Amino acid sequence: MASLDRVKVLVLGDSGVGKSSLVHLLCQNQVLGNPSWTVGCSVDVRVHDYKEGTPVEKTYYIELWDVGGSVGSASSVKSTRAVFYNSINGIILVHDLTNKKSSQNLYRWSSEALNKDLVPTGVLVTNGEYDQEQFAENQIPLLVIGTKLDQIHETKRHEVLTRTAFLAEDFNAEEINLDCTNPRYLAAGSSNAVKLSRFFDKVIEKRYSLRDSNQIPGFPDRKRFWGGTLKGLHYD
Amino acid sequence: MSFLIDSSIMITSQILFFGFGWLFFMRQLFKDYEVRQYVVQVIFSVTFAFSCTMFELIIFEILGVLNSSSRYFHWKLNLCVILLILVFLVPFYIGYFIVSNIRLLHKQRLLFSCLLWLTFMYFFWKLGDPFPILSPKHGILSIEQLISRVGVIGVTLMALLSGFGAVNCPYTYMSYFLRNVTDVDILALERRLLQTMDMIISKKKRMAMTRRTMFQKGEVHNKPSGFWGMIKSITTSAPGSENLNLIQQEVDALEELSRQLFLETADLHATKVKFWSQHISFILVGIIIVTSIRGLLITLTKFFYAISSSKSSNVIVLLLAQIMGMYFVSSVLLIRMSMPLEYRTIITEVLGELQFNFYHRWFDVIFLVSALSSILFLYLAHKQAPEKHMTP
Repeated sequence: MASLDRVKVLVLGDSGVGKSSLVHLLCQNQVLGNPSWTVGCSVDVRVHDYKEGTPVEKTYYIELWDVGGSVGSASSVKSTRAVFYNSINGIILVHDLTNKKSSQNLYRWSSEALNKDLVPTGVLVTNGEYDQEQFAENQIPLLVIGTKLDQIHETKRHEVLTRTAFLAEDFNAEEINLDCTNPRYLAAGSSNAVKLSRFFDKVIEKRYSLRDSNQIPGFPDRKRFWGGTLKGLHYD
Repeated sequence: MSFLIDSSIMITSQILFFGFGWLFFMRQLFKDYEVRQYVVQVIFSVTFAFSCTMFELIIFEILGVLNSSSRYFHWKLNLCVILLILVFLVPFYIGYFIVSNIRLLHKQRLLFSCLLWLTFMYFFWKLGDPFPILSPKHGILSIEQLISRVGVIGVTLMALLSGFGAVNCPYTYMSYFLRNVTDVDILALERRLLQTMDMIISKKKRMAMTRRTMFQKGEVHNKPSGFWGMIKSITTSAPGSENLNLIQQEVDALEELSRQLFLETADLHATKVKFWSQHISFILVGIIIVTSIRGLLITLTKFFYAISSSKSSNVIVLLLAQIMGMYFVSSVLLIRMSMPLEYRTIITEVLGELQFNFYHRWFDVIFLVSALSSILFLYLAHKQAPEKHMTP
């Protein structure tokens, strides 16, 4: 099961938004007790059941690569970070609901990561600014997660959630808003858990449909899943 | 009347400085953060404004601008305000924001921040004891007492920073000069980093699987946290969780390694990216060489006049030519390092297979030896000189 089924998902966001706590919660179903600064990259692995509850259920390891740092770092740090952006299958963008700047920086984070292996369609993205076309043609699934929901006062909640809904729309992605110190937000069966599961399923589908088109011989499970094109996969 | 004009000039300049500090805070310092407590921004800008005004007053003093009595008034005013800010306002707010970050003390933060401020004042006052500060004839809360203590702290800080900067700056600059980082080095290091990440991932996969099977079997993995946790883990230990702890330790070591590798790679990237500094350093080295050629020629000329006679002049001229030639050839050797890459190859081709690094190391060693001996020599010379003057 180890080397063939590799799925790599990046977790990006500003310093201090709660990426390490989030990754810990997603992978170990426990709250991180002592969050500290992430130097470089910290990886964790989540065991995910693809298409859970259906006859074609299969278990995958999803690697969550939590890359630390700030989006305005020196170019030397950015080129060092770029080594982690190879062959990614999905991106989770994390922002802090109490800090508007962290949400705005998500555009730059996604540009930094997507420019690494962008299919050359002739789209010029200059100095990391937001480019609508880039996200429209993007093949890599994105998910936007807002943290520190508990620190938003009840009265301001509606305004903040509207803002984040626009943000997620810009990225053409789903969004989840939660508090990383409380596991009940991702409890099984909750809408957040469903969204998360759907995101990981999408990542796995995109990854293996690509492999399918390359026609790598000798992959035994291929025939079990893919009768034909992607459209054949809609189970009700 | 003139006092009013002078005050309005001062106030305008203060407002300008305040605006500048405000902009700097917003654009540079708090670039990635949201300003929620405007008090902080105001205090920062005010401190900046009054500090700049002090320098401005010094310049006015030298230039003789403004009426001297109004200058005196503004000096006093400025000093009082700055001392108030530095001794009362800022320490209090520092204490307040520290206390607000701690969840436990959140309820009575005013009380605790006052306590913190009183502790600060106590130590601040105690600071005066070992230093030669004005005698207590000026009263407890006078300006002189406060300034003297602020002066001690400020001067210590400046000296610390200068000392560190004096050593650090040439150290990093020399390392950029002398290290030649190639793409191959960076790629090799990156590959090691990714390999380490892969090892971490495979171990974490095992851990995740173990945890899952344990969860399905109904066992619970308790991380040994705290004193009682450790005691419990000694007596009752499921084999699964023991295995997990072992792998966790290996993972911790690997993660530490990956952090080190990441930092090394970032360092290499930083050294490599110094393209412009190469060009600038080339210009600087060029200037140094031109001046040293000129200096060399002048020194040689003086030397020549000093020691030559009709018989030995030929020999001495030839000796000087020898020294000059060797000096210039070695300069070419050393300058190779500071040249942009595309020009370096011609020198390498022409000069052949030389161990360039050796020459740089050798240069360092002799430079160090010569610098130390010059210090020694100058020190002795300095000591000798007053004695020479003393003895009639």
